[in-house]
Amino acid sequence: MTAMCDVAFLLLSFFILTTKFKPPEALSVTTPKSVSTQTLNNKNSVLITLDKEGKAYFSVSDDNPSEKADIIDYVDQQKTLGLTDAEKNAFKRSGAYIGTPFNQVKSYLQLTSDQLKDFKAPGIPVTDTLNNEMQMWLRATADAFQGKKMNVFLKGDNLAKYPSLKGIIDALKKNDIMKFSMITDPEGVPVGTELYKKVEAKGRQATDQ
Amino acid sequence: MAEMDTSSGGGHKKGPGVKKSKKLSTRVDLTPMVDLGFLLITFFIFTTTMSQPTAMKLFLPKDTDKPEEQNKVKASGALTLLLGKNDQIYYYEGELAPDASNFKTTSFKEIRKVIMDKKRATDEKDFVVVIKPDNDANYKNTVDILDEMTINDIKRYAMVDISPVEYSLVQRTEQAGGVK
Repeated sequence: MTAMCDVAFLLLSFFILTTKFKPPEALSVTTPKSVSTQTLNNKNSVLITLDKEGKAYFSVSDDNPSEKADIIDYVDQQKTLGLTDAEKNAFKRSGAYIGTPFNQVKSYLQLTSDQLKDFKAPGIPVTDTLNNEMQMWLRATADAFQGKKMNVFLKGDNLAKYPSLKGIIDALKKNDIMKFSMITDPEGVPVGTELYKKVEAKGRQATDQ
Repeated sequence: MAEMDTSSGGGHKKGPGVKKSKKLSTRVDLTPMVDLGFLLITFFIFTTTMSQPTAMKLFLPKDTDKPEEQNKVKASGALTLLLGKNDQIYYYEGELAPDASNFKTTSFKEIRKVIMDKKRATDEKDFVVVIKPDNDANYKNTVDILDEMTINDIKRYAMVDISPVEYSLVQRTEQAGGVK
């Protein structure tokens, strides 16, 4: 009994110490799996989320408040949204994301955090080639992050349709952002494939040395 | 386990006038604590996230209208994959025949074999996979097929827009096959 008790509490302390609570996510997205083993680098990150209906959302890491300010100022000027300081600050608060067309950005930023919970964002229009608003957001972002290495992440839901993805890729291309990462869940390499052999060979080499 | 020795040690006998105090048990019932411990363990096991999300890098080519800057693809070395509805893949080798005789249907399970067969059969420097997701393909299909390129160690692949001819062909095949 004593031994079991000891083990149980050891396990308990282990799980308490190792656990990391997921931050509450405003958007629920189930990402696909890939064999990629690269972990995320959250520094200077820009996140584009694609939900299961193919709606696009845009957000910037909370570690870059000054860039966030630049982005919202730039978009405000370019699109003459007439945002007040309070509305701009709403974008700068932690976890804020944009998921509306330009004509609704102002009213969206006026919402309080309680109202936000019930708010159903229509998404940033991306599928229309003539009116791809993601392009403007990315231009503002590229401008704000000038001289810094920016990491663009795309977090898409399994069920999102391809046209939305294409719209985002087009918007990235138009802004000369030729490199981006897609967030996926890790998955084992299938046995017997080329990559499997490569990984094996590498592993063997490492043990030989 | 959690009990203390309360019996007065040694042979000190109390005097005849001193009343012997009643011996109280100090044994504590630990069962509820252990129960709670296990409950917490189960809770933390279920809430903990061991796997961190990973990032899959994708490099985009620059769009260019100048023919001299465009990459040419040798028709014989090309394998075109069309991603359709319902996780279906359609593919053809080389150029699409006017009568669509080389247009075949497959699934994500068998695509690896198709890719590997083609890879073995062609010269490495000519081999290129062209991926064309259509409007009904979903994000998972696209990521899966890009992942398949990594798994099969394909050096050259490109994501291209589907042409109207191919799209109508895919749709006709889907209708004929009853894919909804």
